[in-house]
Amino acid sequence: MLGESHIRELLENALRISPADETEIVLEAHDSALTRFANNTIHQNVAEVNTEVAIRVVLGKRVGSAITNRLTEEALEKAIAEAVALARLQPENPEFPGLPDPQPIEPVTAFDEAVAGATPEWRARAVGAVCRWAESAGASAAGALSTGIYELAVANSRGVFAYHVGTEAHFTTVVMCDEGSGYAHRAAWRLADLDVEAMGRSAVDRALRSRNPRPIEPGVYPVVLEPYAVDDILSWLGYAGAGALAVQEGRSWMNDRIGRPIMSPLVTIWDDGRDVAGLPLPFDFEGVPRQRVVIVEKGVPQGPVYDTVTAAREGRRSTGHALPRSRPQTASLGPIPLHLFMAPGEVTLEEMIRQVDRGLYITRFWYTRLVHPRDCVLTGMTRDGVFWIEKGEIAYPVQNLRFTQGYVPALAQVRAVGTERWVLSEGFGFTCVPALLLEAFTFTGVTEMPGH
Amino acid sequence: MKELLERALNAAQLKGASYADVRLVHRIEQSLLVRNGVVQGISQIEDMGFGVRVIADGAWGFASSARLTLEEAEQVAGRAVQIAKASALFKKEDVDIGPPVVQRGTYRTPVEVDPFTIPLEKKLEVLLAADAAMRGVKGIAATEAEMVFLRERKTFASTEGSWIEQEIIESGCSIEALAVGPDEVQRRSYPNSVGRHQMTRGWEFIEECDLPGHAPRIAEEAVALLTADPCPDTVTTVILGGSQVALQIHESCGHPIELDRVFGTEAAYAGTSFLTPEKLGTFRYGSEVVNITADATLPGGLGTFGWDDEGVPAQRVDIVKEGLFVGYMTSRETARQLLRLLGPSPYVTGLSNGTMRASGWNRIPLIRMTNVNLLPGTWRLEDLIADTEEGIFMDTNRSWSIDDKRLNFQFGCEIAWEIRGGKRTRLLKNPIYTGITPEFWRSCDAVCNANHWVIWGTPNCGKGQPSQLAHTGHGAAPARFRNVRVFSRK
Repeated sequence: MLGESHIRELLENALRISPADETEIVLEAHDSALTRFANNTIHQNVAEVNTEVAIRVVLGKRVGSAITNRLTEEALEKAIAEAVALARLQPENPEFPGLPDPQPIEPVTAFDEAVAGATPEWRARAVGAVCRWAESAGASAAGALSTGIYELAVANSRGVFAYHVGTEAHFTTVVMCDEGSGYAHRAAWRLADLDVEAMGRSAVDRALRSRNPRPIEPGVYPVVLEPYAVDDILSWLGYAGAGALAVQEGRSWMNDRIGRPIMSPLVTIWDDGRDVAGLPLPFDFEGVPRQRVVIVEKGVPQGPVYDTVTAAREGRRSTGHALPRSRPQTASLGPIPLHLFMAPGEVTLEEMIRQVDRGLYITRFWYTRLVHPRDCVLTGMTRDGVFWIEKGEIAYPVQNLRFTQGYVPALAQVRAVGTERWVLSEGFGFTCVPALLLEAFTFTGVTEMPGH
Repeated sequence: MKELLERALNAAQLKGASYADVRLVHRIEQSLLVRNGVVQGISQIEDMGFGVRVIADGAWGFASSARLTLEEAEQVAGRAVQIAKASALFKKEDVDIGPPVVQRGTYRTPVEVDPFTIPLEKKLEVLLAADAAMRGVKGIAATEAEMVFLRERKTFASTEGSWIEQEIIESGCSIEALAVGPDEVQRRSYPNSVGRHQMTRGWEFIEECDLPGHAPRIAEEAVALLTADPCPDTVTTVILGGSQVALQIHESCGHPIELDRVFGTEAAYAGTSFLTPEKLGTFRYGSEVVNITADATLPGGLGTFGWDDEGVPAQRVDIVKEGLFVGYMTSRETARQLLRLLGPSPYVTGLSNGTMRASGWNRIPLIRMTNVNLLPGTWRLEDLIADTEEGIFMDTNRSWSIDDKRLNFQFGCEIAWEIRGGKRTRLLKNPIYTGITPEFWRSCDAVCNANHWVIWGTPNCGKGQPSQLAHTGHGAAPARFRNVRVFSRK
């Protein structure tokens, strides 16, 4: 870990030597390790220490950037010189609103010594327990357990200096048994919130219960979605249309629908980078404090999140949702909500199942891709446990199905929302989501394996 | 730097490693992006570090660092050994990587014009011209033009005595036009979508792509698609354009032949494979016109190199021969596992065919596609369309989804045309086709000839935890498939 004072000194020195009109420096430091297992044994165990410094310089309205992972004074000086040279070559960007001014940022504590001090032996023993449990049940476990420290600092020549250090731990397992499989995953910044053994047992249990799946016809069914599947819905809504650039370009599911009810009144979604229930990051990659932004209120879209560029276009202030701007490709994405919450409801998973006469229980979605942006239409497969519900009870496992379904119309079909929420993260950002009961969900295919 | 590599190998051995290798990687990536006539940014990324991979107590360990000092080399090697010993607490058997591989040499991507010698002004001029040409078409709401250039220098050394130095150079580009109507959004891309087209070639590749020359056409197509009829919901003959065939190969052949997936080590993330070992040499993967290779020696391919990241030389391997499944992509360890499982045969040698690559110094190598190619057939595209009484021609991928065993797929394309009476007729929007991998490839009855064959580059293939993006290539020409379920959403 580099620490705030060392980073501040490094960034302030770099700002001092920059000849540009304005300069922004973003430093990301990772000290992370990951233990990966499959076939009930560890097959990959890795560690990484890396720092990346992204420099953005402004000459008038010309912007250039350079990135280096070397922290020496010479390396930083070289990167600044490169960024300046690149900026000089560019035509002016008339839309560039300038770097943001400093705003007060309230620090958020999300650092756990237990995560920071996790050893390879601790990770090996934790996954070893899952492997042994799977083996004793005649199943095969695969997955990964990672722990790490993440530091983010943003400084600019207008006086912004923002620093955050946090810890993160992630566990994922897929357990396979004959044709059955189960899944468990959580993310947390506190080790105490990551019960690896309980997740392992749950995945093994799901794998055993999903053996010998029966065939099922594609069609439209009521579904109970575990939070894993709801995570996919929220993540896609966020990525493909809850940022201001998507709305400004007319390719968002929000276009022409802000202020109009398009989802069930049970659905409320917001983004909050400061809530310690998730994996907080209190400011964005421009050093702007993250605001809590309500994206959908009781089924009614409220509006997208903004960075400085998209906000300036509408005469607004950034909501603190900029992605790293030093990579040109992120300009195509615009701002994106990375800390999504869905409001919990009042119905337990068991009660949701009881409310279904004939329908499906879905553990999670897999390999989902955007088919069409306007209704946020996705296609994907179910995976790791699909069950037929008959007269309010789980009756038997069924084969995996392919779906093609608009996620916006799907959320119009919400009949019940779960009481419990899980924090889920496959990498950049997270969701904190409950289970859902939907009246209808469209499945468009099944898998039949031809013979030799 | 030689001393740093040697120090890392020595330290690993002193701390108990029975095998160690070290990779020092220095990468420079230059990106330029123009959106809606405005230069959004030019950036240069420089990344350097080293990774040490060891076997100790019969298990793998890996550690890496960006701090390039001799002390750090020793510490990282020690950390890798500590990690391996922790892994060994729960091993079932010792890692077996087979006989030693001793290689020494150098490789450099052959380029006509080093792209880093071309002034940025020249690159921007091309992008701005292409962007302006797209925006000149009425009805276009947003445009984008991009170039990426990469230079990666890496040195590999192992305790078996290998010492390899390589320099890989890549050039990539794309343009996109977005048209927005009252209830419809349509996007067209060139030369490819989903990232860009990229090759291990120099500036000459960018010039051949001629972005400004193609810009008006793709913009006009995007606008025309807004009012086109939707693709019908039916079962029919489909002809896929070359870039979509490349994507089909990537997803439904390239991934399931990765032997680490087959053995379950990607089960929790990327998935497994329907091509289980007992199918090797017996399973009919496709029709007799389907011949697929994995070839890391193809000039210009994005999966072309001199040696892989285990120091195994680049090779050309048969994967599907006249429709029969005959080969996997392997590593040193998985090649031995396959040999133990099946015994020696014409398809099983116990030796790696050189496909292990890491996305950087801070990642371990995994089995990654090299250039996985559908070999050219005999047809001219015009003749193939003329030979098709009724069907749909689809081109340029828009969405792709496939199950964890790589069987059940559904792919959407940006554009389609109806074929009637051997002629390409009306434009169709939002085309989607779906199928089951072996059924689909068995229904392939024609592949276009070498004049239509392009080694398409995929610079964003995800796999592994922590996540790694690989650069892969796919030689492909347009091909025809019978009895395919097609439909349209929206």
